[in-house]
Amino acid sequence: MKTILLIIIGLLGGVIGGMGMGGGTLLIPLLTIFAGMEQHAAQALNLIAFVPMSVVALGIHIKNKLVDFKTVLPIALPAVAAGIAASYLSKLTGARALSRYFGLFLTLLGIYQLITAIINAVKEHKKRKRRLLNVREPKRSEIFGSLD
Amino acid sequence: MKKIVSTMLKAGGGAAIGLINGFFGGGGGMLCVPLLEKALKTETKKAHATAIMIILPISIASGVAYIFNGYADWGATAVSSIGVTAGGALGALLLSKLKSVWVGIVFAVLMIVAGLKLLVG
Repeated sequence: MKTILLIIIGLLGGVIGGMGMGGGTLLIPLLTIFAGMEQHAAQALNLIAFVPMSVVALGIHIKNKLVDFKTVLPIALPAVAAGIAASYLSKLTGARALSRYFGLFLTLLGIYQLITAIINAVKEHKKRKRRLLNVREPKRSEIFGSLD
Repeated sequence: MKKIVSTMLKAGGGAAIGLINGFFGGGGGMLCVPLLEKALKTETKKAHATAIMIILPISIASGVAYIFNGYADWGATAVSSIGVTAGGALGALLLSKLKSVWVGIVFAVLMIVAGLKLLVG
């Protein structure tokens, strides 16, 4: 039963991750809330599970020439150093407190994501409306062409 | 001058991404994509793909640190990884089919609900 639950949770997190929307941010709370996993263990699972998933995805993206290798190193180098330091900082934080911080982080990200999604929806709606108007309203020259 | 700003953005942004991804065991991509797209003006699809390439070494390094600290549950990790990898491929295929605006809104609401539950619970 637990195995099936873990596969379903993994699938959900993977789908969101594959869509490029931060699968781990969903996978970790699903693991702690529904599978009763400890916060640190859920975070470790996400870090490890990201490796095979991203290797598969990168294979496709590199072939499609979508990876901008020039920007990778200047960002990844300080990121790896900070990442290792933060992993030890996380160890020093109790599971309960870490889970609360994670909740705060998730809420803020969710609000940011919601605002971005709504802005995109409005933009798309306006674009569609403009396109419709262009079709329905003939140009001035088409109406008055013979008179002007 | 412009080059200095871009170098500082990359170094500072990278450090912030690493801090978040190591401390929370994920979520670095949610910072990396806007950094690439908004601040460094990378095209959307390229920003998403490049972010994965940046998060991969961070995840390996932090993952090894978590393993050293004894947090790896290998049984659960193996089972979930199958789901994550299969789901990842499915998500990549769905991306072009579904209306991403609605997916974005549903996902954002899910994040807020889960976040508040962890914050309060």
